[in-house]
Amino acid sequence: MTTTTVGAQTALTEAERKQAAQLQYVWGEPGGFIGWFKAVHHTTIGRRYVVTAFIFFLLAGLLAGVMRLQLAFPEAHFLSNDKYNQFFTMHGSTMMFLFAVPMMFEALSVYLVPLMVGTRNIAFPRLNAYSYYLYVFGGIMFYVAFLCNTGADRGWFSYVPLAGPDYGVGKRPDFWAQLITFTEVSALSVAVEVVVTVFRLRAPGMSLNRIPIFVWGQVVVAFMVIFSLPGVVLSSTMLLLDRTGGTQFFNPAVGGDVLLYQHLFWWFGHPEVYIIFIPGTAVISTIVTTFSRRHMFGYLALILALVSTGFMAFGLWVHHMFATGIPQIAENYFTAASMVIAIPTGVQVFCWLATMATGKIVLRTPMWWAIGFFFVFVMGGLTGMFLASVPVDLQVHDTYFVVAHFHYVLIGGAVFPLFGAITYWFPKVTGRMLSEKLGQLSFWLFFIGFNTTFFPMHLVGLRGMPRRVYTYQPDMGWTHLNQIESVGYIFLFLSVCIFLVNVFQSMRSGALAGPNPWNAGTLEWATTSPPPSYNFLHLPTVNGREALWDAAPNQPIVVGLDEDARSFLTTRTLDAEPDGRDEFPSPTIWPFWAALATTAAFIGSIFTPWGITIGAIPVAITMIGWFWPERQPAERRRAREIWQSE
Amino acid sequence: MMLAAVPGFTNNQSSLSPVGPGAGRTEHEFALIFWITLAVYVLIILYLVFVVARKHHSLDTIPDPLPTTDEGDRTARRSVVGAILVTVALLFIMMIGSFETSRALGSMNEENALTIDVYGHQWWWEVRYPNNESYKIVQTANEIHVPVGVPIRIHGTSRDVIHSFWAPNVQGKRDLMPGYETEVMMQVDQPGRWRGQCAEYCGEQHAHMSFYMVGESKHEFQQWLDAQAQSSVPPSTPQSAHGQQVFLTHACVMCHTIRGTPAGSRVGPDLTHLASRKTIAAGELPNTIGNLGGWIMNAQAIKPGCRMPPNQMSGSDLQDLLSYLETLK
Repeated sequence: MTTTTVGAQTALTEAERKQAAQLQYVWGEPGGFIGWFKAVHHTTIGRRYVVTAFIFFLLAGLLAGVMRLQLAFPEAHFLSNDKYNQFFTMHGSTMMFLFAVPMMFEALSVYLVPLMVGTRNIAFPRLNAYSYYLYVFGGIMFYVAFLCNTGADRGWFSYVPLAGPDYGVGKRPDFWAQLITFTEVSALSVAVEVVVTVFRLRAPGMSLNRIPIFVWGQVVVAFMVIFSLPGVVLSSTMLLLDRTGGTQFFNPAVGGDVLLYQHLFWWFGHPEVYIIFIPGTAVISTIVTTFSRRHMFGYLALILALVSTGFMAFGLWVHHMFATGIPQIAENYFTAASMVIAIPTGVQVFCWLATMATGKIVLRTPMWWAIGFFFVFVMGGLTGMFLASVPVDLQVHDTYFVVAHFHYVLIGGAVFPLFGAITYWFPKVTGRMLSEKLGQLSFWLFFIGFNTTFFPMHLVGLRGMPRRVYTYQPDMGWTHLNQIESVGYIFLFLSVCIFLVNVFQSMRSGALAGPNPWNAGTLEWATTSPPPSYNFLHLPTVNGREALWDAAPNQPIVVGLDEDARSFLTTRTLDAEPDGRDEFPSPTIWPFWAALATTAAFIGSIFTPWGITIGAIPVAITMIGWFWPERQPAERRRAREIWQSE
Repeated sequence: MMLAAVPGFTNNQSSLSPVGPGAGRTEHEFALIFWITLAVYVLIILYLVFVVARKHHSLDTIPDPLPTTDEGDRTARRSVVGAILVTVALLFIMMIGSFETSRALGSMNEENALTIDVYGHQWWWEVRYPNNESYKIVQTANEIHVPVGVPIRIHGTSRDVIHSFWAPNVQGKRDLMPGYETEVMMQVDQPGRWRGQCAEYCGEQHAHMSFYMVGESKHEFQQWLDAQAQSSVPPSTPQSAHGQQVFLTHACVMCHTIRGTPAGSRVGPDLTHLASRKTIAAGELPNTIGNLGGWIMNAQAIKPGCRMPPNQMSGSDLQDLLSYLETLK
């Protein structure tokens, strides 16, 4: 077994080998079948998040394929209208709630943030495990319902009254509403973990102005999650109450309001878009830095751009609702806000270009994905200008122009960076390199396929094709464009297949990566690939924005933590000066049981409002098990005068 | 716009082939944004390609990180600040253009406007021409006749879920929401049949919820309106008389109105002048005898999920019913 100290790889001394064995003994994840459910280390949970979210990406992608088949011919009957409505709702809801947010925010930050800030685990590791199980159970529930012909069919935003008790038949909208609840809880949990990890667990020396841009992005997103999700918590809960509890929040006949739902939903729904692509832009910043071989140009401007995007994202939700008829003064405000948010995004784009222009560009696969990102994401941003202008929006809103726009923004802003991120960090996670040849092949297929599929949607939208139609009439002049789009899907499909082949081959027989194959600058590259269950043999300290590039010849390491417990160092938020020690809780199966009990309560509430009331009892029991104090650590704490709780 | 030149382009339902001042002004704002964003996109991408082509390094090795200095980045800083300033300026141009367009649309002439009520239903459009004298009120469906060159006030709401009223050649869309009454001004300047479609997902048959705005000269429009205000003509042949009986003794009467007969339900479209309409099933099918017969017998096969149930009747009953409906000009 080898490891590195910060910056340089050295052979292990005898003492270090002993230390590594001791750390492994203390931090190792439990083995065996039951052990699988006890795991609490962030790399374990993070890997599971990535794999699960990717499976949902594939599922939603396959649904899209069937939709493209249906739309390739006018008045086709491959899918009935009922099936099509379920397919597009499942596609949208899966992509947004089970793929994009869990992948770009939860998966990436759970795996990478603790490594990048140089600590041994994520804050609240048991909560982390709980959030993962809840997310998986929510996803499974949603797809089991779909297989039972109870798939959500009211669109990913399930407007009332269409999804309300009078028009949403059966239990379909209820399963949708509870899927939202599941993903809310898991995203909120991870948001809290990320904020605490970044604010309190950074390596000494990593002051605010030295935090990697990727980590900054995830912190901004964590705060956005915390402030935006209450909106959808309310709207989906009120929807469920209207449907199962007999409330009338959204029933205009007795004074309820259908527009209230839209305001609540978009209060969350618009920041959601930024929640999805801010991690993407943060990935691009990382890749551009590494493959331009220089520090990011305009670090401070980039951070400010991320933070201001996070704020501004809350000021433009109404641009999803222009067609409802908005007073002109409000229209003007939301137009201005929607256009102004282009400025911070522009700042990011110009900083990346400046970095590339003043660096040496290495064209490995991750960089190709970043370059593809420019082509796609910038176009998505610019078509957003059409939607910001109220009169133009009223013509293109809810047409295929919008479908094209948000696929350029979201695939450009999240999926291109995601593939870049996977190729970039694959060596860190698995210890092996992906094939460069297959990687570039799948990039080019994806790039061509993407543009073939989605560019014509702009045109077909301008020709009047509304979105969410299961078919269209032959004389509308939309047929050829739709057929081109469907052909593009084939390229996308092949690209993802090749990507999967590449992953499976490389996992077995890829070239060994070593700790830092890209000679990158952030801390996750300072440990072995894959990282051990204690992350770093020597906890690093930081001397600059790119910790490894800026390390001093004798960069100090953190010593003095107890090696017989899962202890870690806490540092101050601003300057990352060490200010205390604490212990992480041990692996346990209780989060799994708690997630199972919570799942029972959530699913129960689909059928009766008593589900939550009665379901709270097993949840409480499992929580008691989860938080039951252990004698040994408690005594150790008392002895060492550590008073913080688990 | 240039898109009109793309082969296969029909003006059928396109915001880029305006036939009214609303869509026309919007198209100008569209063109402004289009040219600005196109120029920005081309510049950014050209610069990116240039940088990648000039600055890329051989693939075999990954070089050591370059040292960076404030002086070295000075030119870059100047360029970035310049680019941001240009961005801000262009945003302002688009923003002001948008405000001006909004204001122009908001101040369209409202005097002498003709008011038309539009009600969204799952999945058809109820159209009503209000009049102070109740016998002159006109009820129809899925076809909105308007005089050209006259401002129209569309007053609308929904009878069930949210729909969006959208005839792109004429004007941008407006949502019709239960519990809200909405008004929007528009005007058609060219005679013709301008297709529109529901733009807010409204359930099973959202795809088949279209309508036509029919622009006519003032004279033709007045003639049409007068004819529509009439009650239906009584059947003149024994066949159509029997057809009327079929209508009144089957499920039809539960949902439809034919003025001048006992049928007066408002659940489905008013059929008093059914034969004067060019399409049935909210624009899905041409209004021919064959289509109408198929629709009556089993609408669910044509538009699954729609509110019209299948009907059981003998072939001769159906023939008579159709011949009666044919007379409802």
